Amino acid sequence: MRRRVVFISLLTLLIGLTIWITSIGKLGIYSTFTYGEILTYTKDHLNMVFIAVCIAIAVGVPFGILITRPGFTKLSPIVIGGANVGQSVPSLAVIAIMAPLLGFGLQSAVVALFIYGLLPILRNSYAGMRSINPAIIEAARGMGMTRWQIIRKIELPLARPVIMAGIRISTVVTVGTAELAVLVGGKGLGTITLTGVFARQPLLILQGAAPTAILAISLGFILGGIESWMTPRGLKLKTGIS
Amino acid sequence: MIKLENLTKIYPDGTVAVKEMSFEVKEGELCVFLGPSGCGKTTTMKMINRLIPITSGKIYIDGVDNTKIDESELRRNIGYAIQEIGLFTHMTVGQNIETVPALKGWTKTERRKRAEELLELVRMNPDEFIDKYPNELSGGQRQRVGVARALGADPPILLMDEPFGAIDPINRVELQSEFLKIQQKIKKTIIFVTHDIYEAIKMGDRIALMKEGKLVQYDPPANLLYRPKDEFVEGFVGADRALKGLQLLRVKEVMTSPPPTAKVEERVEVIRERMEQEGIDSFPVVENSGKLIGLVAESDLGKGKVVKDIIIPSSTTCTVNAVLNEALSVMLSSGLKTLPIVSEDSKLEGVLTFDAIQKALHEAVQTGEKK
Repeated sequence: MRRRVVFISLLTLLIGLTIWITSIGKLGIYSTFTYGEILTYTKDHLNMVFIAVCIAIAVGVPFGILITRPGFTKLSPIVIGGANVGQSVPSLAVIAIMAPLLGFGLQSAVVALFIYGLLPILRNSYAGMRSINPAIIEAARGMGMTRWQIIRKIELPLARPVIMAGIRISTVVTVGTAELAVLVGGKGLGTITLTGVFARQPLLILQGAAPTAILAISLGFILGGIESWMTPRGLKLKTGIS
Repeated sequence: MIKLENLTKIYPDGTVAVKEMSFEVKEGELCVFLGPSGCGKTTTMKMINRLIPITSGKIYIDGVDNTKIDESELRRNIGYAIQEIGLFTHMTVGQNIETVPALKGWTKTERRKRAEELLELVRMNPDEFIDKYPNELSGGQRQRVGVARALGADPPILLMDEPFGAIDPINRVELQSEFLKIQQKIKKTIIFVTHDIYEAIKMGDRIALMKEGKLVQYDPPANLLYRPKDEFVEGFVGADRALKGLQLLRVKEVMTSPPPTAKVEERVEVIRERMEQEGIDSFPVVENSGKLIGLVAESDLGKGKVVKDIIIPSSTTCTVNAVLNEALSVMLSSGLKTLPIVSEDSKLEGVLTFDAIQKALHEAVQTGEKK
């Protein structure tokens, strides 16, 4: 309940800010962006985030699960460590280095965002699978479930809330990082923000930043809802008397 | 029937967990694997359903080499219950119990019916519990569901690894007794792993005592207690083995029956005379129907003329099927030297005295040692 109140008041504030700045029209010699332009950049922004996060899920979830399987556990420090390094390099640097490697354009932006968004998904998939009580797996094996049945019917449902949380965190972070994509030729709300930076117009910067924040908060809220919806009912209950 | 033949397990690091183990578990028997930790009891058990691969030797299940059976097929026909239970927390109690039936392709109605039956068997109300989640249950209830789940597809064999180990002592004793009653109904071939000698004596038709991966003695509990094969067994059984033997005897085997009785209208002098003859210091008082209504004690005889005047209304009794240590404990805590023993419908069946208990134990020890 409290979460919902915070969410709605923040959203109202940010939308109000955007409407106000857009309605000003002129800022010195610069004109503010129109609603049409904001909408187009928002679409581009979402498009970029969507592609990057999808690739991160497609790579991160299977890899996170794979490194918990017997025979692959030795890889886990390398893989998790690698993803950690990717995360610890400043986002600006990750994005900037893509231009000389892949040229200017959407592809560079998406690859950079993918690298940056991979870690939360990979780490949570790994942690989600690892956090399952080994007795549950042993019971499942002892009752004659095959490996694949154990993954599908037992491990994935139990790890799903944690994996979903990773996807949510990754998405929210990527929406923010995607602001910088404009530097390597990606389009998005960063275009507005950067224009504001070059024009030395704080309100123009805010005209790009506010919609980005709206996106991040809304996506976080929606994915949080999906996360809770996808959590098996038995896991939401508090541990009973024992 | 399960037959182990020269069963050996050596781990890749060279540890010998089980060495040349050979014995047979008869159909319908509850066989306890007993021993200190690291004796190989759990390893041996897990080789039966191949959770642990065999290094050498064979395990035959009803004459079939268990490595010749498909792994999943083998396990679906052997019930499996462990100390940590491992209930699937994202599934309801019903879904948990239906796991193996579902794997075997039973229809939904068949599975549901089976789950209800099994909940009844472990004395949980199906209507109340079938749709609950494991996190809503107490420890004892979870353990019952674990046992019910192991019985899911009615497997002829059951493997149980310290199934009551994580439960508080009071609930544990109750679960043990209940499980014994269940076993009398279902007559499964059961391997029951424990390190608790009391549990082993109480549960086992036969006990396989192991040490450092080897079988030391394989015998019914009485033989283990009274005819220990070597010093290790003697030590493991403990110096109080005669006391532990109390668990092996039932009240009905030891009580004096038919008991001397008194009627309410009988005169005190008559009773005094009979007490001296029988050498017992109190008589149970019964109605004409044979129903127990109280006791009359020697020390009270001077206080009245007929039994009715001095009767002590009796509430302390024991049933014929109780084990001897329960009865003894009742006698010690109530201060009664003569304990009336009643049937399930509270008819007087006999009396139990300290003398009788002592005689019975002495006999058990002697016959055991002589054999």
